[in-house]
Amino acid sequence: MTPIIEVINLEKTFGSVVAARDINLKIETGQIIGIIGANGAGKTTFVNMVTGYLKPTSGEIHYQGRDITGLAPEDLTRIGLTRSFQIAQVFPALSTSDNVLMAVGATDRFRGRCGFLEPLSSPKRNARVMQILKEYDLVAHARQPAGELPQGVRKLLDIAMAVASEPSAILLDEPTSGVSAEDKFTIMDRTIGALKEASITTLFVEHDMDIVARYADRVLAFVDGTIIADGRPDQVFSDIRVRELIVGEVIERAAQNNKAAREAENA
Amino acid sequence: MTKDRTIAILMSVACLAVALGFVLPEWMLFLANIAIGKALVVLGLLLLWRCGVVPFGQALFFAGGGYAVGLLGLYFGLTDIFLLTVVAALVGGVLSALAGLLLARYRGIFFTMLSMAFSMILYGVLVKTEALGSTDGIGLKRVTLMGWKPDEHFELAMYIFAVLLGLISSAAMHVYLQSVPGRLAEPIRGNEVRVEYLGMSVRRLMHLNLIIAGVFAGLGGAVTAFSVGHIDPEMAYWTTSGGFVFITILAGTGSVLAPFVGALMFEVIRTLAFAYVPEYWQIILGGALLASIFFLPGGLWSLFTMLKERQSNDANH
Repeated sequence: MTPIIEVINLEKTFGSVVAARDINLKIETGQIIGIIGANGAGKTTFVNMVTGYLKPTSGEIHYQGRDITGLAPEDLTRIGLTRSFQIAQVFPALSTSDNVLMAVGATDRFRGRCGFLEPLSSPKRNARVMQILKEYDLVAHARQPAGELPQGVRKLLDIAMAVASEPSAILLDEPTSGVSAEDKFTIMDRTIGALKEASITTLFVEHDMDIVARYADRVLAFVDGTIIADGRPDQVFSDIRVRELIVGEVIERAAQNNKAAREAENA
Repeated sequence: MTKDRTIAILMSVACLAVALGFVLPEWMLFLANIAIGKALVVLGLLLLWRCGVVPFGQALFFAGGGYAVGLLGLYFGLTDIFLLTVVAALVGGVLSALAGLLLARYRGIFFTMLSMAFSMILYGVLVKTEALGSTDGIGLKRVTLMGWKPDEHFELAMYIFAVLLGLISSAAMHVYLQSVPGRLAEPIRGNEVRVEYLGMSVRRLMHLNLIIAGVFAGLGGAVTAFSVGHIDPEMAYWTTSGGFVFITILAGTGSVLAPFVGALMFEVIRTLAFAYVPEYWQIILGGALLASIFFLPGGLWSLFTMLKERQSNDANH
């Protein structure tokens, strides 16, 4: 079977800075993949290249057997490859339900289910919006402007809008960053649950190793712009370089944070 | 959800306006024609405003429509109002499609200044070109309706035509604003990256909206030319564009009826100020704009919205 996403020798340089190099990867349909790595390891650059936000300096990206290198975001969304953002990208002045309605309407439009001058608002589309709001636990916020939503809710809305375009594959850039520790698992339960149910191939960038271990069935570890380990979570987490360069750093940082907190308490 | 009655309201207003036409004096009909000509341009501005861009060069397409009418009359002797209207709309659309190739890529002050630059280029060409009437412009033959010359009631005939064109145009714009591309205007202002990741090309949407606005500006130019009977380069001058922006602010962008209310108000204020305080009419107009920005930042249309909200609140209690 053709992999849904295949990346060949991907490289991205900004002047003399190498942000990504020698990235080679095959992703099978239905996989849930966690992407880990320290800050600046090239995770977001990788996501940006696959989703058309950045053009790679060299290399190829294939999606469902088709070369999509350098295609624009709107073209990728149309063929079923989309993403969410580290900083939620929503329409701040519109209500939560209108945000989703825009996504549903755009999707119906490019999938040929909505005529050029057909009104955006229709019973069928409004029902679909309601269904998505329920799936992502956004009903209580339906009428609130998206710009006033709490961070965690706004990130869910961002993901809900991406999923509204009925993708086959989605890349989530740090879905839990900026979200309080107690909300993290709620958000991931919602999101991964809904994505699995729709059998959408998922890649998510994540710093919290507990979350990666719990939701991913495959992990990619990034260091210095390239993948140093790729496999089942237990395999990757036991890799000595991953422990040293990624997990180790997290442990160390957590220890430092604890130390700082103790000192602050004592002071 | 409330049922959308906009089209029914537009038709009622148009019927009322046509009926009023038979009792109002000619100078008022002329004033209304000028106002409708401007309102048609502002209808397009309303769309661009929702997208978050403010053109200071919409006079380019307005003049395009006016000059299409004038030149077809001058060189080909064409006077049929329907034919001239269609050509004016086409000219507005084609000019904005060309300008849009560049304009669709710019936002903010760059968009505003670039649109103004384009219109000033046309102004320069019109002023310098003898064949286009130079600074004197072109005098127009009176238009005919399917071979009929409405000599006796010319102003009234033009008025009824303008009202009907205004009705069709505002209804069409309303339908567009409810469609997916029309509803995406505000999202474009809010977050272009998100629009692209919804599978829509912002540049293509902006280009389309510019063309639509250009078509309406061309229609506005035609209506103005029919009624005034004369066109000159002033139609393309940047202060003409400024007037359209003025009306957009005064009117608000809440409804397709707003440009007509705003344009009528603008013409009334201007005419009264010019009649009673001829030395200071600009000050009066400026004061009106200031008052509108301070007290009605949502434009005149926000008065209707407020009234409606109060009514529905009363109904709830």
